[in-house]
Amino acid sequence: MAVIGNKKYSKQIEHHFSKYPDKRSAVMPLLYIAQEEYGWVNDDGIQEVAELCELDPTHVKSIAGFYTMYSEKSKGKYWLQVCTDLSCALRGADEFHKDLKAYLEVEEGGTTDDDLFTVEHVMCLAACDNAPMLQCNFHYMENLDMEKMKAWVEEKRAELQKELDA
Amino acid sequence: MADSKHIVLRHLDIGKPIIKLKDYEKRAGGYDGFKKAVKMEKSAVIDEVKASGLRGRGGAGFPAGVKWSFIPQNEPIKYVTVNADESETGTFKDRLIMEQNPHQLIEGALTCAYAIGAKAVYIYLRGEFWDVAHMLDERIEEARKAGYIGENILGSGFSCEVYTHLGAGAYICGEESALLNSLEGKLGQPRVRPPFPAQKGGGLYGEATVVNNVETLANVPWIMVNGADEYKKIGTEQSAGTKLYCVSGNIQKPGVYELPFDTTFRELLETVCGGPPEGRSFKALLPSGGSGPIVPLTDEVLDTRMSYEDCAAIDTIIGSASLIVMDDSVNIAWVASKVIKFFAHESCGKCTPCREGTYWLDKVLDRIMAGQATAKDIERIDDVAKNMAGITLCALGDFAANPIIHTIKHFKEDFLAMAEGKELAQAGD
Repeated sequence: MAVIGNKKYSKQIEHHFSKYPDKRSAVMPLLYIAQEEYGWVNDDGIQEVAELCELDPTHVKSIAGFYTMYSEKSKGKYWLQVCTDLSCALRGADEFHKDLKAYLEVEEGGTTDDDLFTVEHVMCLAACDNAPMLQCNFHYMENLDMEKMKAWVEEKRAELQKELDA
Repeated sequence: MADSKHIVLRHLDIGKPIIKLKDYEKRAGGYDGFKKAVKMEKSAVIDEVKASGLRGRGGAGFPAGVKWSFIPQNEPIKYVTVNADESETGTFKDRLIMEQNPHQLIEGALTCAYAIGAKAVYIYLRGEFWDVAHMLDERIEEARKAGYIGENILGSGFSCEVYTHLGAGAYICGEESALLNSLEGKLGQPRVRPPFPAQKGGGLYGEATVVNNVETLANVPWIMVNGADEYKKIGTEQSAGTKLYCVSGNIQKPGVYELPFDTTFRELLETVCGGPPEGRSFKALLPSGGSGPIVPLTDEVLDTRMSYEDCAAIDTIIGSASLIVMDDSVNIAWVASKVIKFFAHESCGKCTPCREGTYWLDKVLDRIMAGQATAKDIERIDDVAKNMAGITLCALGDFAANPIIHTIKHFKEDFLAMAEGKELAQAGD
């Protein structure tokens, strides 16, 4: 596994560097690439991004720590971030968040034993009219209820089982 | 009710999203404003926007044309940065523009770039708008192929590039100087001003830069086509045009509604949105998300026009027009605690009053919410909030103080009931 020299990312990296007059500006898009490669922003990813952007690894690590969308620990295959901010909470998001954790049998920020789901709450995701809602690996799922979530969770579990059987 | 005119959400007049360039050109007169602009003197474009009275839609309401006129024309390198960080609690309008009518934003940004002579436009989107950014990249590519972006655009001699840049989850990056730091690959923390972004040394990479909100720029094509005088006919004297009002919370029909600034809260909340949920009555309103002062939803407030000047007269702000509605089932101390948790999480940590203030306000509010506090604790948080206001580098310190100061001012009895454990029922739990 690597970011540097990985053909999968070379065009993307080149594109990001072409956008800015200063290599430093590419640190955020490149951290996303490192996260895609390793599943989270680990030390190898930090080192590689630092080398590419010609920055000190300490600086890259501080960027990764400042922004919440870079994960500093490994997550389940589906990273579920439930908005529990005021607008969503007024439409039942706190209860939805609690019920989802109970259904998956995880604590806040925890991952299920099969490594499929990680659940945590986040601040406003700018989808307040479609609450309850969550972000699953950076894609929005809106107008949710536990019925829909249970069906979705079971579908993903069945997919995993199918993969294991194969 | 005031006549509904769509200036920004023009896809609603057509009946479906305007995604592709050829649809935008054929069905919505797309890029006509930009074509007109590049044949005009740069200063004449700025004068037109100035004369329209267009004000910044991100919250502060600063006149857009005046902001553009601050850019020194003789500087060789200048930039336009579009603030698409949309992170204020209860705000979800810019996402809608970018998803349903994306070319109008690109056209508005290009018109601004031409007027100030910028070499590039950076659209800074909050990281969560991952799908939106990738869709926008496709639209930018379309515009490039059609000759609206690149070298010598439409034979005008003006050259400009347009790029998207994704943030990664930080409310503070909606603050313009923090946004510029983030775009430069630094921590998203506010800068000391002056120099301001429009000045040499204060903008992106130290160059003079205009930072405008998505909705602000999406108004520009209409102004270029129809003229400042027509634009000024819509809205009120000091708030020209329409506004995208985001309505959420305890309301029958939440959503984004584009209405002229002279529309009243009653027209929007009762007529358009159908009022509070069945069997409930209105209690309170945050007109500008978590950061603006809360108001009780009285008849006087309901009959107020949703303009900058009318909202100032009732001791609040219209800001980004993120209306969060609370009905009579909600304890307002709970609202304050929710909003403070947001700001405690989102404080960037640079200024002590904001970093420590939000932390301690959150702690004491937890105690109040647990019914383990006294009236003295309510005075304490009021005092802490008042000591945070006006002494931080950016407005977040004030934003975090507002929910405490104004909720206590209007709904102290809710805090007392909660603090002394008399009321434990709360919305959402």
